[in-house]
Formats: sequence, structure tokens, C-alpha cells
Amino acid sequence: MSEIKGEILIKGGFVIDPAQNIDGDIADIAIKDGKIVERVSNAAKVIDAKGKVVMAGGVDVHSHVAGPKVNVGRLIRPEDKLFKSGVAHAPTRMEMGFSVPSVLKTGYDYARMGYGFVMEAAMPPIHAPHVHEEIHDTPIIDEAALPVFGNNWFVMEYIQKGEIENTAAYIAWLLRATKGYGIKIVNPGGTAAWAWGMNCLDLEDKVPYFDVTPHQILTGLMQANEYLGLPHSIHVHQNDLGNPGNYPVTLASLKLAEGVKTKNKFGREQVMHSTHLQFHSYGGDSWATFCSKAKEVMDYVNKQKNITIDLGCVTLDETTTMTADGPFEHHLHALNHLKWANVDVEMETAAGVVPYIYSKDVVPNAIQWATGLELALYSKDPMRTFITTDHPNAGPFTRYPRVIKWLMNKKSREAVLASMKKSDKVIDATTIHTIDRELNLYEIAAMTRTGPAKCLGLSSYYGSLKPGMIADVAVYDLNYKDMPSDPEKIESAFLRAAAFVKSGEIVVRDGEVLSHGHKKTVWVNPKMKENPQVKRDVTESFTKGYYTVGLTNYPVREYLAPHPFVIDVDVEA
Amino acid sequence: MATVTLTPTKTPELMLEANSVTPDAFAGKNAEQIATLECREGKTHVTIGDFFTVSGNAGATAAETDIVIAGDCTRVKYIGSKMTAGTVTVNGNADMYVGGWMKGGKIHIKGNVDSFCGIAMEGGEILVDGRAQNHVGCAYRGDWRGMKGGTIRIKGDAGNDIGTFMLGGTIIIEGNAFIHVSTHAEGGTVIVKGNVDGRVGGQMVKGTIYVFGEIKFMMPGFKKVDKVDLEVDGTKATFDHYIGDLGERHPKSKGKTVFADLYLKA
Ligand SMILES: [Zn+2]
Repeated sequence: MSEIKGEILIKGGFVIDPAQNIDGDIADIAIKDGKIVERVSNAAKVIDAKGKVVMAGGVDVHSHVAGPKVNVGRLIRPEDKLFKSGVAHAPTRMEMGFSVPSVLKTGYDYARMGYGFVMEAAMPPIHAPHVHEEIHDTPIIDEAALPVFGNNWFVMEYIQKGEIENTAAYIAWLLRATKGYGIKIVNPGGTAAWAWGMNCLDLEDKVPYFDVTPHQILTGLMQANEYLGLPHSIHVHQNDLGNPGNYPVTLASLKLAEGVKTKNKFGREQVMHSTHLQFHSYGGDSWATFCSKAKEVMDYVNKQKNITIDLGCVTLDETTTMTADGPFEHHLHALNHLKWANVDVEMETAAGVVPYIYSKDVVPNAIQWATGLELALYSKDPMRTFITTDHPNAGPFTRYPRVIKWLMNKKSREAVLASMKKSDKVIDATTIHTIDRELNLYEIAAMTRTGPAKCLGLSSYYGSLKPGMIADVAVYDLNYKDMPSDPEKIESAFLRAAAFVKSGEIVVRDGEVLSHGHKKTVWVNPKMKENPQVKRDVTESFTKGYYTVGLTNYPVREYLAPHPFVIDVDVEA
Repeated sequence: MATVTLTPTKTPELMLEANSVTPDAFAGKNAEQIATLECREGKTHVTIGDFFTVSGNAGATAAETDIVIAGDCTRVKYIGSKMTAGTVTVNGNADMYVGGWMKGGKIHIKGNVDSFCGIAMEGGEILVDGRAQNHVGCAYRGDWRGMKGGTIRIKGDAGNDIGTFMLGGTIIIEGNAFIHVSTHAEGGTVIVKGNVDGRVGGQMVKGTIYVFGEIKFMMPGFKKVDKVDLEVDGTKATFDHYIGDLGERHPKSKGKTVFADLYLKA
């Protein structure tokens, strides 16, 4: 699989690998020809990791980094690049942007943080060729993309008729056609309703025309996912995102996983991944009574073992929101009066983009900040709780190190809280000030690499330092035995890895990018016997002119993903 | 006060991006050190000394530093950008972004300026003896946070997009202006002594515009409410008072809706 040759020895670091229950043991990590191995020869290049922490490369379960929606963000926000476009220094090329960085900056910045795999969280199927072009142009990191299914006309029609097998066959076709990874669901039914200027804020709200409910869409897609036995579970952005008092809808959605069993050969244990849970964990009935319900939500998540979550932490930055949740973006634009872009994507989905400034002095923003951190601090299972910022919706991914700092260091959280203009109001509406917990490096490793890799069904390739794994190894300048008392040093260590080896190649030293690496595009190929009805339905949608393109022009051609890493799934029906 | 004089020695092949030609960057440096300050020409790094001879040492602070450019800067951008104090005088023309993001001090351009003069300015004064191209005192592309303070005076004509997204400060165009004045503005004052073609105050939320000449095409979103006698920039006259843009959202203050004001000399 890998064209990278050569041996590397990462020597004498504090190794942290939750997949092997290794927590700070001093050990060497050997790498040969792109894989982690038991031992290497004396000729191996040596990276001295003495006094530093060694982890597997980071795995990001949810980030918006490629495709038309991200590009709309870049287009409508030239000011996002102002004074943030440095001069290129060889071997890197020019980098631009902050909240919607250029593809080059995206690849470089993830690599600088020691991340090796990133999941693009929402691919509009018809625009999959564009998504793959951008993925290919993003250097170093391996990537995959989740096509959106939760408002797809075929899916809603099959589910309305209770046809799970047809739903699954359609999904299998679409994953192959788009070189997609799994099933993303964004505001199930609500985005389709948006075409009528409506929304689905409750699980039982009917989607106009299609006569299905978010409840049926979620359940149907969850069943289809397990029917196919995909590496990842359904990946859900729930209804009623971002509104006061939405946590009961969140809990009701999570409860749909109760009693559902996984069926897969990829080591995945969950049947539902609930993304950017921060945006879905609110109490109150207005912005005046807005409050955190992180504790209530996590009490449920902790006991319901077949779900995983990611945080979607608000980082208190000026950023760009972008989602297939079209109605939400319109709602946000009406709140902040900033520019708004809206796109309808044929029979498949929609998207909206609006800039947003999260201010620590605006009470609801400050409560959102606290809510995201509380979710992690209340988690009893770091292997099911992943650090994200729903990049760039709650903040740019380059703030992960800052989120890690806040989670590992109470003093740093309190400093932010104390600096807020209305900290008393924030304290009234949250519990963050009562939490003493400080996460340790082992828990951070679970939340940023081992856990997400397992959730994505990729634990045989990423997220661990076991021999046989892809050699993605990050070295951070942190002394496991003597952690810095200054929390800023935690952030700076995670922001600029002391070294990062990607697929067996040294791509970063002392936070500087040395190489464009050998990136791969990961996609899932479900092998399923042909389903004549679905084949006919798909063909008709093109021949009858429902789509604006022809069937032969729809799929992603090979040349758009020239370095594929294909995961075959044999569907046993 | 200390004066540093830059005398142009050659014309840049591309445009020279002279972000470091500011009293702030010069402060505390002697002529030799100033000559080594970095600029850019395209993607290459160059120095001030590559294009100018430098004479005189700067003062200890920006406020104690005067810069005189003794010649033409038609191909030099960003003169005085982000400066906070002191003065810059150009005895000739200047290219784009004169005084962009400037916070204080004074800039005097004795010739013409290209576009984006005083873009996103926060304070200080810019005086242009000649004319200006487009985007005087506007916001950066895409940004909704435009000029916040300070004064820009253009003695000649100006082009389009004057004071776009303006929030504060004053822009005076002593000649004529083309189109788009105070578009999307939420504050600030624009005075045009001559004529304007049109699109004056489109989508304007708050702020004030005075036009001494004619507006060839009035925006339909402005409504005449009364006639007032005013003294504007030293001239006493009677003005027709319009409010608008009625097609745009407007904030309320003490129960009353706040509109943008447009005064057209009667
Ligand atoms: Zn997202």
C-alpha cells in the first residue's frame, strides 16, 4: 500500500497508546517501509524522543475541510485571509486563511499538530468530484468523506415504504459512485423541508411531500448501515441544532440506538455516532434562559454503550459556520445580520454559510464554550468521546491544542471564565466551575486518536502504535513525568509537534513542515449483489431528467482520487 | 521631531509593497537601519534601500518621526499603512492602500492616490491634494467592519465605493464622486462637494451623507422628510433632508427607528 521505504526509530519517548493500555512507558517505536514494526536495523534514522510524549497520529472524526461548502466559505470570506497569508518558505507553498484555510494550509496545519487522518464530514453526493479534487490537493494527511443521506429523496422514499434492503442497496451504489466512506445524516428531514421554507425541529415532524419523519429516517438508516456492515456507524447531526431547550430532542434521537446491535468486521462497537454534541445539549426556552445540559446528556451517553460522540467545542474565535443544515444557517443569519450563502443541491441536500463571532463576553457564546468542555469532563469513557470543534463551525481545528489545554488544566479554564464580562451569568447557567477534573494524556490520546479510529472502523490502520499499523507517529514536547505548570506549554506542544512521521516518512520536525508526504484517499466499497429495483430507480432519475447531469458523469472518476486506499465490505444479505 | 527623507532611485518592476514605510517601523532607527527594513516586490523580499536612498535618522518614537518621500510613488503600495503616529509626506503620487488600517498620525500625498486609500482606517488624517481612485475609506473585501475613525480629505475627484461599510470617521471628497457612497454603512460621515452619479446610501443602516452638487440617480429607498439649514465643512447652505435606506433593517433607539441621513444641497 505504501510507496515509502526506509527505517526510522523513535527513541526513548514516553509512549501512550490506549489501544495497548500503554500509559507513559519508556519505549522505542520502530518503523519500516511505512508500517510500525517490532524492530529495525542499525541503519534506521533516529528521532530522539527522550523526555517527550509519543502517540499515534491524530484521527479527526469530523471536520469540514473539502468541497463546495468549504469553498463557498472561502469565497464569501476574503477577509478570513487578511493578514493571515504568510510568505511561503520552501518546501511549503503559500498558506492562506484562518477559519476556512486553503487546502495547503489545511494539510500543513493538521500535520504540524501530528494528525494523520481527517474525515470530511459532509459530502454532497453530486459534488463528490469536487470534494475529491480538494482532498487530493490537501497534502500529507489521509482523508475520507461522508456523503450526506439524511435528506436524500431516494432514501426518504425507500424508508417511507419501509424498504431497508433497497435503502442499503442505494447507499452501497452511492458510496461506490462518490468514493464515500459512510452515512452522514444532517438535520434528518429538516433540510428537505427547507426547500419548502420549513424545518423539522422534532423527531415526529413530518417532511413535506415525502411523508416521513426524522425518527423514521434515523432508524431506517441505522438499520441499513448494519445491514451493510459498514466500517463506520451512521454519523448524525441531529435536529434542532443550536437552539435553547434542544436537549430532549437530542436524548430522544440517541435513544433510537437502544437495543440496536452492531454488525461489522471492523471492530466498531457503536451503532450511532452523534456529532458536535455541544450544539445539541442546551436547556432553557429562550436566549435569556439558555443553559448547559451537558451533565444530563452525558449521564445518558455514559450508560448507553453503543453510541459515540464528538464534542464540537466552541473556541471563542471569529469563524465561519457551514452546514448542510440549510434552515439553521438562515436562522443564524437572521440573528447576527452577517452575510449568508445558501445552496440547494438537487435531489440530495442543501447548504448554508454564515460568518460568526463567538465572544466570551456574549453570554450564550460563553455558555456554549462551557457546554463543550463539560461534555468531555463528564465523560466516563474517553474511547467514546472525541475532541472536535466541528471545524470551522464552533472554531477552527487549529484550536484543538487549546481545547486540550482547557481539558487538562482547570486553572486555564478558570482564567477564561474569570475574564468574561458576565462570568456570574455564565456560572449560573453552567457547571464548569464546579468540575475539578483534569484529563490526563492517556485520556487525551483516547479522545484524539485511538477512540476516533475505532469509531470509524479504522483501528487496524490508525490510532495505535501496534506493529502492523500505518506508521503515523507524533512526538510532543511534553514530559509525561513532569508536566508543565504553565498551561500555555500544553497548547504550544500540541500545536507544533516536535516530530511527526506520516506513513513512515518524517514530515514535520520542530513544528516545521518538511515534506508534502504521500497522502491517501480512503473510501469504502460495499460489495452487494445487484438490486434491480434500485438500479432502475437510479437510472430513471437521470434519464427522466430529475438530475442536471447524466448518469455517466455522476460518479467520481479514478483520476480524481489517484491514491486510493479502498476498504472492501462484503455484504452478507 | 526628526525627519527621514527617502529619495526614489528606481521604479519597481512589479509594485513595491512598502508596509514598512511608516513612522512606527522607522522609530528608533538610523538611516542605515531604515534602509535594511523589509518590503516585498511580488514574492521576493527586498529592502527599502533597494529602491530609495535614505537620509536622516528617525525619532525615538513614531510620534517624533516625520517621513518625507521626495519623489514619485506611483508604484509603491501601503505607504503609512497601520501607522499610529508621526507623519508621512509624499511629494508625488502614491499607489494603493495609502494609510490603510491607520490608527493615528498624518499622511499628506501631494499628488494622486490609487484605490483603497484609508481602507479600514481607525484614526488619524489623510490629505490627498490630487484625486483618488476607487474604494476611499471602504472596508476590506468581504469585511463588514469598515472605516471606524479619522478623516480622509481628497481635494480632487474620487471613483466608486466610498465609505463602504463605514462605521465612523469622516470622508470629504472636494470634487465629484462616481457611484456607491456609504453602501452598507452603519455610521460615519461622507461629504461630497461635487456631483455623484448614483447609488448613494444603498443598504445604508446609519450614518450621514452630504452632497453639495447633484445626484444623477437617487436611490428609491430614500425619502425626503424636510429642509434644513446647516454648516457643513465650513459652508453654510440649505439642504433637502432624506432618510433611508428604507429597504434595509434599522435599529431602534428610545423607541424611535434610526435611519441614515442624506442631505442634498437645495
Ligand atoms: Zn459538522
